[in-house]
Amino acid sequence: MDARIAGLDVGSRSIELVVLDAGGEVVRRAKAATTFHPAEQVARLLDGAAPPRIMATGYGRELVAGMGLGAEVATVTEITAYARGAAALHPETRAILDIGGQDTKAILLAPGGKVLRFEMNDRCAAGTGKFLEHVAGVFQIPIEEFGPYAMQGRPGLGINTMCTVFAETEATSLMARGHRPEDIALGLHAAIVRRTATMLRRIGFTPPLLFAGGVARNPCMVRLLAEALDCEMLTPAEPDHVGALGAALSA
Amino acid sequence: MSEAYREMWEKLNLDIPAHDGLLAVLGKFYGDIYMSQQNRLKGMEYLDFVLSEVHGLRIKELQDAKAQGRKVVGTFCVFVPEELTLAVDAVQVGLCAGAEAGFDAAEKLVPRNTCALIKSFIGFKLARLCPFTESCDLIVGETTCDGKKKAYEAFAAHAPMYVMEVPQQKNPADRALFRAEVVRYMEKLEELTGRKITAGNLAAAIKTVNAKRRALQRLNRLRAAQPTPISGRDVLLINQVSFYDDPVRFTASIEKLCDELEARVAKAEGVAPEGTPRLMLAGCPMAVPNWKLPYVIESSGAVIVGEESCIGTRNIRDLVADDGTTLDAMIDALVDRYMKIDCATFTPNAERQANILDMAKELSADGVIQYTLMFCQPYANEAIRVGQALADSGLPALAIETDYSMEDVAQLKTRVEAFVEMLK
Repeated sequence: MDARIAGLDVGSRSIELVVLDAGGEVVRRAKAATTFHPAEQVARLLDGAAPPRIMATGYGRELVAGMGLGAEVATVTEITAYARGAAALHPETRAILDIGGQDTKAILLAPGGKVLRFEMNDRCAAGTGKFLEHVAGVFQIPIEEFGPYAMQGRPGLGINTMCTVFAETEATSLMARGHRPEDIALGLHAAIVRRTATMLRRIGFTPPLLFAGGVARNPCMVRLLAEALDCEMLTPAEPDHVGALGAALSA
Repeated sequence: MSEAYREMWEKLNLDIPAHDGLLAVLGKFYGDIYMSQQNRLKGMEYLDFVLSEVHGLRIKELQDAKAQGRKVVGTFCVFVPEELTLAVDAVQVGLCAGAEAGFDAAEKLVPRNTCALIKSFIGFKLARLCPFTESCDLIVGETTCDGKKKAYEAFAAHAPMYVMEVPQQKNPADRALFRAEVVRYMEKLEELTGRKITAGNLAAAIKTVNAKRRALQRLNRLRAAQPTPISGRDVLLINQVSFYDDPVRFTASIEKLCDELEARVAKAEGVAPEGTPRLMLAGCPMAVPNWKLPYVIESSGAVIVGEESCIGTRNIRDLVADDGTTLDAMIDALVDRYMKIDCATFTPNAERQANILDMAKELSADGVIQYTLMFCQPYANEAIRVGQALADSGLPALAIETDYSMEDVAQLKTRVEAFVEMLK
C-alpha cells in the first residue's frame, strides 16, 4: 500500500479517514466516534502511520493541524471538501445536501464542481443527525434501525417543533394520546425534510442532488427527501466519507 | 490605566470592579486582534494610544472640558449633526454600544429579542460601565428603527435623553420635517450651553467636520490601492475612534497616517500577500469593541477593503456644502447632506444598493460580506435585496447574521473560510 495523502474529516460526532495512493486511488477508509478526545481518536485512526500529507476538514480541522503528526498538514472547510468529494464521485452533481452530526449544509455547484453558493444551519443542531439520534433514543431504537422503523409509519402526523428538547416533549404527548410510535417517527423524519428542503430552495438548488453525511444512510430520509424535492438524488455508497475524500483530493 | 483614573471613575459612579474587569477583557481582546498584526503602519500607534486611553485620558479631557463650562453630548447615530454640537463649543461623543455588557439588566428595559447594539448601550448604563454615558449632559437619540425609538423611551428614566425625529422617506415634506428637527436641536443646544449658533461658529464647525470626513475619504481612497496597504481591522478602528476623539487632533493624526500610506502605495507595499481576496463589508455598524467578524475574516485568508456602514462610508461619503454665508443657507446645506444618508430605515432606499455596487467596483472587491445584527429588521430586510443585486451583478456575496456573543465564532469561521476558498 502506497499511502500518500490522507483526508480527515473531524466532525462533531464522528471522524472519517480516507487515504489515497499516488494515483489518487482510495487505499483505506476508516471511521471512529469523535468522543471528548478527538486528537486521540485521530491518532488511533492513523494508526501510527500518517501519510506524508494530510488535509483536514470539519470543525476539528485546526486541531489536526496542531497535533504535530510529523506530516504536512493543511486545512480546508467542509464546504469545499464536500464539493470536491461529490464532484469526484458523481461529476454531474449540481447541488449537495450534507446532514452531519450537528450541522446541515446545502451547497450549489457550477458545472465542473466549483462552489457557487452555500448555506449552513447556525448555532442550533435542530434537524441534524444529533436530533435523530436523540429521538431514536427516546423510542429506544438503535439509530441504524430508526429509518426503516419510521418507514412503517402512516404519513400525515405533523410534528411542529424542530427543537430536540421540545420534539421529545411533542413525541411523548402524541404517544400519550394514543398515536402509533411508527407514525410519530415518520412525522419526525418529515419535519426534518421540510426544514432541509427550505434550506435547499434558499440556495436555488438544481438537480442532480447528492445526499451526503451520516444521515444519508437513513432510508426514510432518502425517500422523503426524494418525494419532497421531486428530483433525481445521488446517494454515494459511503455518504459519510464524502468530506474526507474531498479533503484528500483537495490536498 | 486603572490606578491613575480610579478617583475620576468613582466620581462618575462607575462600578469599579466590574469596570476593571471590562478593561482587562478589552485589553486582552485588543492585544489578540490588533497587536498581533504584522506590517502595521507607524501611524496606528496613535490609534493604539487613543484606544488604550479611551476610558482614561479621553474621559479626563471630557471632565476638564466640563470644568471649563463646556457641555458633553452623547449620540448613537450618524444623523445627529456634529456641526451643531461643535458650533456651541460642546463636545460630541459616540456612546459605548459594542460589547455584551449588562445584558441581564438591559432585558428588564427592552425585550430579549432586541439587537445587541441597543441592549449594549442600555446595559453599559445600567451596569455603570460607560464613563462616556456618565459624562454626558445630554444624550441625543433619533427615530431611526423601532427598537431604538422604544428603547429611548425606557432609557429616558436613566439618562438625560433628547430625541430627534428622523423621517423615513425622502420627499419634500420629509426634508421639511428634518429641517424643523435640526432647528429644534439647535435650540436645545443653545438652551443647554447658553451659547447662540451663528453663521460664524457654524461655518467653523462645518469646516472642522468636513475636514475630518475628508481625511477619512482620503484614507478610503488610499486603501483602494492594489495591493491594499492597510488592514480592514485598522480602518474600522480609525472609523470607530472618529466618534470619540477630539475632531481636530484626530484629523491631523489621520492625515499624517495617510501620508505614510501614500508612501506605501507608491512602493506598492501591501498589508497582505499578493492574491489575497479583497472583501467589502456591508450592513450594520460595528461599535467598539465589536471586532469579531473583521477578525474572523482577516484570519481566514482575506483582507477587508471597505466598510459600507455607519461606522464607515455612510458617515463620511458626503460633505456639507461650505459655500453658505447666512445661517439659513448653512442649515439648508446641513439638511441636504444628512438627508443623503442611505440608512436602511428609509423606504424606499434604492440608493443604498447603488452605493454598495459602486463602492465594490471602486475598491476592486472580490466579494461582499453582508453583516446584519440579529433582530435588526431594516438591515435584515435589505440584506435579501442587496444579496439579489450583488448576485445579478456577478459579485460573490455571503450574508452573516450574528451578535456580540462568541459562541458562533467557529461556525462563522467555517462560513467565511469557505467563502474565501470559493473566491480563490
